[in-house]
Parts: sequence; structure tokens; C-alpha cells
Amino acid sequence: MNADVVWDGLMTNIEEYVDRTAELINLPLDPEHRPGVVVNFERIAAIARLVTEFPLPPEVEVAPVFEP
Amino acid sequence: MNADERRCFLDKADAVATAAAVKCGKVTATEAVSAALERIAVKDKAFNCFTAITASSALAAAENIDNSIANNQDPGPLAGVPFAVKNLFDIAGITTLAGSKINADNPPATQDAAVVARLKQAGAVLVGTLNMDEYAYGFVTENSHYGPTRNPRDTARIAGGSSGGSAAAVAADFVPFTLGSDTNGSIRVPAALCGVFGFKPTYGRLSRAGAYLFSGSLDCVGPFGRSLRDIALLYDILQGPDSRDPVCTRRPPELCSPQLNQGIEGLRIAVADGYFATGTQPEAMDAVEIVAQALTNVLDCGKNTEKTTNPPKIGGLATVSIPESDRARAAAFIITACEGGNLHLDNLRSRPQDFDPATRDRFLAGTLIPATWYLQAQRFRQWYRDRIREIFQHTDIILAPATPIAAPEIGVEKMVIAGQEILVRPNLGLFTQPLSFIGLPVLCVPVQRPGALPLGVQIIGAPYSEAVILRVAAVLESQGIISAESI
Repeated sequence: MNADVVWDGLMTNIEEYVDRTAELINLPLDPEHRPGVVVNFERIAAIARLVTEFPLPPEVEVAPVFEP
Repeated sequence: MNADERRCFLDKADAVATAAAVKCGKVTATEAVSAALERIAVKDKAFNCFTAITASSALAAAENIDNSIANNQDPGPLAGVPFAVKNLFDIAGITTLAGSKINADNPPATQDAAVVARLKQAGAVLVGTLNMDEYAYGFVTENSHYGPTRNPRDTARIAGGSSGGSAAAVAADFVPFTLGSDTNGSIRVPAALCGVFGFKPTYGRLSRAGAYLFSGSLDCVGPFGRSLRDIALLYDILQGPDSRDPVCTRRPPELCSPQLNQGIEGLRIAVADGYFATGTQPEAMDAVEIVAQALTNVLDCGKNTEKTTNPPKIGGLATVSIPESDRARAAAFIITACEGGNLHLDNLRSRPQDFDPATRDRFLAGTLIPATWYLQAQRFRQWYRDRIREIFQHTDIILAPATPIAAPEIGVEKMVIAGQEILVRPNLGLFTQPLSFIGLPVLCVPVQRPGALPLGVQIIGAPYSEAVILRVAAVLESQGIISAESI
């Protein structure tokens, strides 16, 4: 599968992703709140794409140094 | 001064002038604090800045200061100056709301937040706590539990957020200064929309101990004020290590007040182009041009600078391109949504109906973000920071608009800007978000317009260059280009 097909598949499965992931992390979704959550997650997914599509070399790492 | 003259003086004096008057006996601390409490009691209904007024403790503190002065003791550089803070700062004896209904159930805080304690040690007197967007997740301060905070310049309009009460309380002349917090723009946006000074120092510069967090990777605290000398003094008082905040720098303080009037000779100042000059109403870039032109005139003074349009200039200053800023904003958004969602997960599970509808579904969605998106955003942060470091090798100060528009009306969801219909709320942070993403220090300075709403300009420096930023602003203030007084 190429990346575009996977992406399109994810976009149409956002509702399912929201339901399954909420279940996985034990987050009950009130039917009244669920549509808003789906819309907001769709927004997040579109925004995240701007970050995930940008290639970063492996030596660029996350900043914080944990101090024991 | 007679009583009326003292009242007039206190209504408009900045912190420096108030403290000087208190210390030399022209006014008492009790007068200064009582005057503030009266202004708030009479006028705050129109703006809804305050969620709590601490009148009795304020008057007791003022009395102590007056007694100290009577005993020839020095109460500190902010002697008797009334101030207020965003209601996410711990105040001993008060429950920290952080703009929420849920936190109202908590017991009161047992000690003041670090920055509040430092201001009190300097003689300032806390008069109350200020309204904000719930859990700081907003740019508007339209809070469903405590009501919207109205812009003192036009009460049909928002004050901005999430530190809306903090900006509005200064714009309404209730107190000379306040404290707020900034994660993606929550000091700079309301400062711009209300037409006052708002300072977000370098990430980690000021202690966040005792401030209710939102997104630990990005949160900063900072002051609002009506004069540059106040901002410099406050920043100097607030600096210093704090082991209670793991992010607080151990770098020694660098005092800005003594350097404030050193001028800007030799500084390399540029205007951000590309992302930072696109998608605004024209007046937002006009404000940047006005500031840029004023600085050009000072820098060029006495020199025979050839006027040229090659390379491109805005207000006579060269432009600078900060690459991938749209991705920076996106990454800051992902980090914020993720960290905010995680922070509130227990309450999102057990009592989602008690959240503000404006934040709830956003927090819920944030809990579901895949880890790899969050980590990629944190890695991208290094890349973007490295690009900015390269830019600051040949530039000292960068200018950018604070918001794409002046204050919109309360409740407005969409606007047409530069021919495109956009959502108002998230786009208020368009120009602030990429800069706080990498922890840069930024001062938002107010540009007033006769008969029109104020606009803000961001003066951006390299990390820990707050003194340089304030020197640039001091030049602009001395020329009347920027001011917290509406015209």
C-alpha cells in the first residue's frame, strides 16, 4: 500500500479510530460529546500531517534531558 | 496634592510612579490600594475582569506597608502598588480556579505562587484574581462558567485570551500591572487586542511554581503593564532560580531596568516575512510598518543610508524568512493538545460535562493523539530552533504582527481575512504560536490608532535577550509610537 492510500483509509476511519482508542484508554465518550470529539480529531489529524510529512534526520532528537 | 489630585494621580500612575509617591509620602499605600478597590467595585461589571477580590487582605497589607514607611523601613520597589493575577496562580487561602468549575471544588492553595510571592516581597499588594479561558485553552476569554471578559476599548468585543482578565484589568486602569501566562500566545494576544504591554520572557526564565499548568513544554508566565519601565522593573523582580520549578533556569538574573535607555545603535533589526506577513487584515501589517519605520529613522539618524528596495524592506528594515513556520504552529498545536489532554484525563473520564463546552471536545480529542505524532512534533522543535539560532547569528531583533486582526466581537466564530473565511479563535494565535513553540522571548507592544481598535506588534529576540528587546521598545515608547493610552 502506498502512503496516500493509507492516509485516505485513515481519514475515513477517524470515527472508528476515536471509538476504539477511547475504549482502549478507558475514556467513556458521551454520545452528546462524540461528534465534537470526531470533528476536533479530524482537525488534529490534518494539522499533524504538516508535522509528520516533514523529513527529519535521525540525529534530530527530542530535547529534554531527564535528570535523575 | 489634595485628595482629588491624589485620586487622579493614582487612577493613571504606573507602578514606578505609584511606588515612588508611596515611599516619599505623597500618597499612602492604603490610599493607593483603596483607590484601586473602588475603581474595580464601580466599573468591573462592565468588563468582568475579576473572579475574586481580596479586599481585606489587600487593605491589611497596605496598612503594613504604611507602618513600615512610618518606621523608616523600605517596603521595596513596588511599595503599595496594587496588582492582580490570572486565576491560575496559587494564592494562599484561595482556591485556584484556572478558569474552571471543576477546580472550584478543590481546597484553597496553601502558599502563593513563586512570582506572586516575589511581587509581594517587593511591596506590591494583591487586590484580586482574574478571568481566563478554562484551563488556558483559548485565545478569547469567553468562559462559560464565569462569563466573557469584555475589551475595555469596546465592550462588544473580546479581550483576547487566555489571559483576558489580566490584559483588560490594565487597559481599564484598574491596576497598573497584572500577571498572566502564555503557552501559544495567551499573554501576547490579549495584550494586542486590549492595547497594553504584555511580556512573555524566554521559556524557563521565570518560575512557574504554583501556576496551574497547561502544556509543560510551552508554558511561560509574564507581566502586563502600561509602561516599559514597569515591565522592565517587574521582569527584574521576578527573575531568579527556583528549585520548585524544574524548568526554571539556573542562569543568573540579568537586570534590564539599568539598561533600558541605552538605545539601539548597532542593533540588527529585521521584519519577519512570508508566513508572518500573510493572512492578516492590512492594518495588522500597517502596525508593524509603523514600528519598523520608527526604528529605521533612529538607526539611520546621522547616516547617509541609500534608500533601496533591493533587498526587500518593510518600513525601511530588511526582511527575514523563518522557514516552515506553518509546521511550527502545527507542532505546537499537537504538543499542546496532547499535554493538555493528558493533564486532564482523569476529569475527562469522570466528569466531562463539567468542562467548558469550548474546551471539552478539544481536550478529549487531544487524549487520543498517537504517540508518534507527539514525538515527531517534539523532534521538529529541535529542527526549527536550530533554524532560528542560525537567523539570530546575523539578526538581533525580529518584528512581527501579534494578531491578524484587531479584537473581534464576542461570539464571532468566522471572519473573512485576506479573502478567506477562517475560524477566528484558533487563528488569533497564528503569529504567536510558532515563536513560543521554541521558547523565544517576545514583548507585545501596543500601537494605538485614533478612533480605531489597537493592534499589537511582537518584538522578538534570541533566547535570554530580554534586555535588548526592552531597549528597542523603550526607544519606540519615548517617541510615542507605542503606548498603552488609547487616542
